[in-house]
Amino acid sequence: MYKGYRGKSLACLKNFKVGVWSDVEVESTRGSFTGTILPRSETADEFHIVLKLHNGYNVGLAVDTIESITELGRTEAHYKIPEKEFPFDPDKKNVKLFGTGGTIASRLDYRTGAVIPAFSPGELYGSVPELADICNLKTEKLFGVFSENMGPEQWKGTAEAIGKEIATGTDGIVIGHGTDTMHHTAAILSFMVQDSPVPIVMVGSQRSSDRPSSDAAINLINATYTAAKSDIAEVMVCMFGPTSDQYCLLHRGTRVRKMHSSYRSTFRTIGDIPLAMVEKDRFVLLKDDYRKRRNDRKVRINTSFDDRVTIVYYYPNMKPDIIESLIDNDYKGIIIAGTGLGHVNKPLYPVIKKAFDKGVHIYMTVQTLWGYVQMFVYDTGRDMMDLGVIPAANMLPEVAYVKLCWALGQSHDREEVRNIMMTPIAGEITEREPHNGYLIFQGGIPEVEDFIKRYKR
Amino acid sequence: MTGIRKMEDMTSSDYEAIGLRSGLEIHQQLDTEKKLFCRCPVLPYSQSFDAEILRHMRPTLSELGEYDGTALMEFKTKKEIIYKINKDTVCTYEMDDTPPFELNLQALDIALEITMLLNCKLISELHIQRKQYLDGSIPAGFQRTTILGVDGWIPYGDRRIGIIQLGLEEDACREVSDTGHDRVYLTDRLGIPLIETVTAPEMVTPYEVAEVAVILSNLARASGKVRRGIGAARQDVNVSVRGGQRVEIKGVSRIPTIPLLVHNEAFRQVMLLSIKSELKKRGITDSSFESSSFNITETLADTQYEPAADALSNGLELHAVVLRGYRGILSTVTQSGQTFASEISDRIRVIACLDRLPNITHSDSGGESFSDSEWERIKKSTGAFENDSVVVVWGTGQDIQTAVSEISIRAREAIDGVCNETRQSFPDGTNGFERILPGPNRMYPDTDLPPLAISVDHMDRISSALPERPWERKERYIAAGVPEESARQMSISMLRDLFDRAVKETPYASGVLMHFFLSTLSHLKKRGIAPDLSDDVLILSLAEAGRKSLTIDAVAHILENTRGSEFKDISLVADEIHMPEMKTLGKAVEQILSGIESSEIEQDILKRIIFGRIRQRFNGLINGKEVSELVHSMVLQERNT
Repeated sequence: MYKGYRGKSLACLKNFKVGVWSDVEVESTRGSFTGTILPRSETADEFHIVLKLHNGYNVGLAVDTIESITELGRTEAHYKIPEKEFPFDPDKKNVKLFGTGGTIASRLDYRTGAVIPAFSPGELYGSVPELADICNLKTEKLFGVFSENMGPEQWKGTAEAIGKEIATGTDGIVIGHGTDTMHHTAAILSFMVQDSPVPIVMVGSQRSSDRPSSDAAINLINATYTAAKSDIAEVMVCMFGPTSDQYCLLHRGTRVRKMHSSYRSTFRTIGDIPLAMVEKDRFVLLKDDYRKRRNDRKVRINTSFDDRVTIVYYYPNMKPDIIESLIDNDYKGIIIAGTGLGHVNKPLYPVIKKAFDKGVHIYMTVQTLWGYVQMFVYDTGRDMMDLGVIPAANMLPEVAYVKLCWALGQSHDREEVRNIMMTPIAGEITEREPHNGYLIFQGGIPEVEDFIKRYKR
Repeated sequence: MTGIRKMEDMTSSDYEAIGLRSGLEIHQQLDTEKKLFCRCPVLPYSQSFDAEILRHMRPTLSELGEYDGTALMEFKTKKEIIYKINKDTVCTYEMDDTPPFELNLQALDIALEITMLLNCKLISELHIQRKQYLDGSIPAGFQRTTILGVDGWIPYGDRRIGIIQLGLEEDACREVSDTGHDRVYLTDRLGIPLIETVTAPEMVTPYEVAEVAVILSNLARASGKVRRGIGAARQDVNVSVRGGQRVEIKGVSRIPTIPLLVHNEAFRQVMLLSIKSELKKRGITDSSFESSSFNITETLADTQYEPAADALSNGLELHAVVLRGYRGILSTVTQSGQTFASEISDRIRVIACLDRLPNITHSDSGGESFSDSEWERIKKSTGAFENDSVVVVWGTGQDIQTAVSEISIRAREAIDGVCNETRQSFPDGTNGFERILPGPNRMYPDTDLPPLAISVDHMDRISSALPERPWERKERYIAAGVPEESARQMSISMLRDLFDRAVKETPYASGVLMHFFLSTLSHLKKRGIAPDLSDDVLILSLAEAGRKSLTIDAVAHILENTRGSEFKDISLVADEIHMPEMKTLGKAVEQILSGIESSEIEQDILKRIIFGRIRQRFNGLINGKEVSELVHSMVLQERNT
C-alpha cells in the first residue's frame, strides 16, 4: 500500500488516506495534478510523492507543497509479459533453459527502481516467439540472483542440474546468466561438467529486455539455436558479436572475458579466436578443435570446490602485509596477476617464500590478459619459481582462480594440485597462441578507420 | 455526403460549425555546448560519417504492463535500421552502448527559464522517462524525456491559450532514407537538448494555430538561449473536428504552412465522418464487418494493367481483399487529389513496406486499373457481390500477408470514423499516414537515472534572472509612447536589450530611439558603416550626440568618423559636429524655393520636397521638428505673397 514511502511522504499519504495505485487529484501550491500514485524507490528521498499523469509522464510532487489529495479510484499495474503456451513439435530438438537471474527477460522492480528478471517458457514465448521455430523449450529457474551474487553454491547447483538434465536426454542446455560474472561461471562449469555430450550455452544481455534495442532477443535466439543444433558439445558463452545487430559469437568457456562495462559486444575470446559465429539459422565455424556432440549420456560432474583461494592483482609498491594477511586468514591458494611476463617486486619474495612454506599453492598469471607467463626470461621470474610460484601458462586470472578452487577441492597435495592445474581440461591452457588471437584495433589509425568505414557495422 | 471546401471560402463560424480544435507541440532545440545526456559537443550538421551500425527494434511492455499500439505497428514493419556515425558528434552513449551521464545542467536551466516564462507550475522532482520510438529514430528505441512544468498560459488577443506541459528531452536522428525494409539515419542531431511545449487544443481556426506558433517561437527566443536555423524548431500540429479524433501532423518546420495543413486535416476528418455515417446507413458495424482475401496471381497471370503486370514479372503475388458492402467507399474523396483508397495505400506503404506506388488498385477506382473483364474475373473468383469493394495488392512473402491484413484493418477502422494517427505533412498542404498515434503506454521510467529534485533555491535563482516576456515588453513600450507595431517588432528583436539600454543611458525619447534601432541602424549597417560596431560604442555615440543636443542622425556622422572604433575619441568627434543655425537654414530654404516653379505644386508635396532637400544638403544634421516648422511658415509666406 505504501511501497517505498517513508517519513514525511508516508505521513502525507496516510494523512489523506491514499496509497500506492490510488488514482488521485492533488492540490498543491504548484498547481493541481491528476494521476496514479506510484511506488517509490527505497533509495529515493522521503520528501516527494511520485505520480503517473494520464499522459504517461511521471512527476515527483514535494510533500511540502501538497494541500490535499483526493482518491478517485484505484489502478493497479499488472506487469506481465503476455504468456502463451510454448508449442510442442515432436520433430524439433528439446532444449532446457536454466535461469540464474540476469536480464534475459526482466521487469521493473518498484522497490529499487531497477529491473528484475521474469522468466517462464510462456513469458519467453510471449516476448520472443521466434524460439518456437527452433526447438521445444523447457525452463527451470535455479536461482534468482544477480550476476555478482553467483558463487560456489550456485555453481555447484548449476553443474548438478546440468548433469541431471543430460541424463534425461536433452539435446542442449541454455543457461541465462547476468553478464558481469558470466565468464567466471562459464569457466567453473567447464571444469565441473566434463565430457558433456551436448552443447551447454551461457547467455545474457547487456541491454535489459525492457528496452526496444535490447540484445536479449538476438542473444537468446542464437543461444537456443546453438543448444539445439550446434555440433560443439562444450561449455560456451553465446553473446553479441559485432557492434551491430548481426550475429553472436560462441566463445569457449575458459577463454572468454567481459571486456567493456556497457557495450553489447563486450565478450571477447582472449588469446585465441572464438569457436564460431551464429546468425539466425546458420553457424560459421572458426575453429575445428572442439569436442563433438554425441548421442551417449556419459557426462562427468565434479563439483569439488575449496573457496580459500584469492587473486592478488600486483601493482608496484605492493607491501608484503597483503600476502601476510592472506596467510593469517588461512588462504590455501593464491593466483597472482603479475606484471608483464609474470612479475612482482623483490620485497615480496620473503613473504611469498613464507606462504609457500605454510603450504599455500601459488600460481602466476598475467594482468595483460593476452600472452603467456614466461618466468625464465628475467632473473625475477627465475627467483619467483625458486620460491615455489608456478607459472600458469596462458590461463586467464579468473579462470586460474576457479580452477585452483576446484583443484583444492580435490586435493591439497602439491604435486597432485599442480597436475590438475597444469593439465588442460577445457582449453584453459593452449599450446600455441594464433597470430590473430590478439587483435585490439587502435582507433584513429588510417587503415583501421578505413576498415571500419568499409566494413561498417 | 458533405463536400470539401476551400480555405479561402471559410469563415470562423464555418470552422466553428465543424467543431475544429487544434493544438501545438513545439520542439525547440536549446543552445547548449553539449548534448543532454552525454558530453558530445553540439556541432553543425554534416553528411559525412565514419562508420555504420545496424539495429532492429522490438516492442517492450510499458510500466503498467501494456504494449503500445505504435510499437506493435513498427514491429510489423521489420525494418533494418542503419545509423551513420560521425566520430566528432557521437559517442557510445547515443549508440546505446553506454548508460547516460548526468542531465546537462545548462540545458536544465534554460528549460526551467522557458517553463517559467510560460507561466507553468513547476514540477518539484524530475523523473526521467523513456518514451518508446520503434521507428529507429533513436538507437536505444526510446527517447529520454522529463516534464518540468504543467498548466501554464500565454496571452492571445483577449484570451489565454493554455500550456499543458513543457518537457525537456533529447533530439532524435535525422532520417536519410526509408525504402523497403531499410531505413537510414544520420546521428549528429541525436541527443541535442530540446524542449517540447504542448498547448491545449484551444485554437479554433487554422490561422489562430499559426499565430500562436509565432507567439511561442518568439517566447522561446526571448530567453536568447535557443538554437536558430533550419530544423532547430519543429512543430507538431494536433487537429480534430467534432466527432473526430486527435490526429497529429508531425514535423512542420515552417509556420506559414500551418493553416492549410490544419484546414485540410479538418476536412479529411469531416469526410471520414461522412464515410462513417454512410457505413452506418448500410448497416455495417464492427461485428458485422466482413472481409476475405484470395491469392489471385493465377487468375490474372495475363493482365495488361501495367503495375500488376510489372509486379508479376518481378515474381510478386497478386492478392485480392473483398470488403463486404463497401462499394463506393474507397473512391470517396478525403483530401485534394486523395480518396479513402489513399488511406489504405498509405498504411500498406508504411506497415507492409510496399513502397513502390501504386501499391493497390480497387474495383471502384475510375482511373487506370484492371479492365472490366479482368474485374469480372476477380469478382467471380473471389465471390464478390455487386455491393462489395475489392482491393488488389501486390507483394511477396511476409509483406503481402501484412498488407492483406492491414487492408482489412484500415477498412474496418472506417466504421469508427477517424483513427488516432500521426501523419506527415506534404508541401502541398495535404498529409499522409506515418504511424498509429502513440499513447501513454509507451512511457517507461528510466532505471538508469535517479529522480532529480529541483530545490526552491534553484527555482529562485532562475526566476530572479527571468527575462521579460515579449508581450510584457510590448506593453511597456506602448506605455512609453511607442506605436504598437514598432513595440511589437522591438519586443522580439535581437536589439531589444540594447534598445532598453539606450533608453536608460541616452537623453533621446523612446519613439526616436525606436525609429533609430528599427530602421536607421540597419540602413547604416547596409551602407557598411561601422561593421564591427560594439554595443558600448553605439551607446556612447548616442549618449554623446544627445549630450550635445544633436539630432539622432548625428550618430551616423559620429560612427562614420570614428569608424565605430573605440580608439577614436567619440566625444571629440561629436564636438566637431555642428547643427546649422536657423539663419543658415532659412537662407537654404529661400534658395530652394527660388529654384522651383512652385506655384504648380500642391502645398504639402512642396513642403516635403523642400524638407528632403534640406535634409540632404545638411547630411541629415537638422532638427526635424524645427526645420519642418520653418519650411511650413516659409511656404505659407511664399504662397501668400
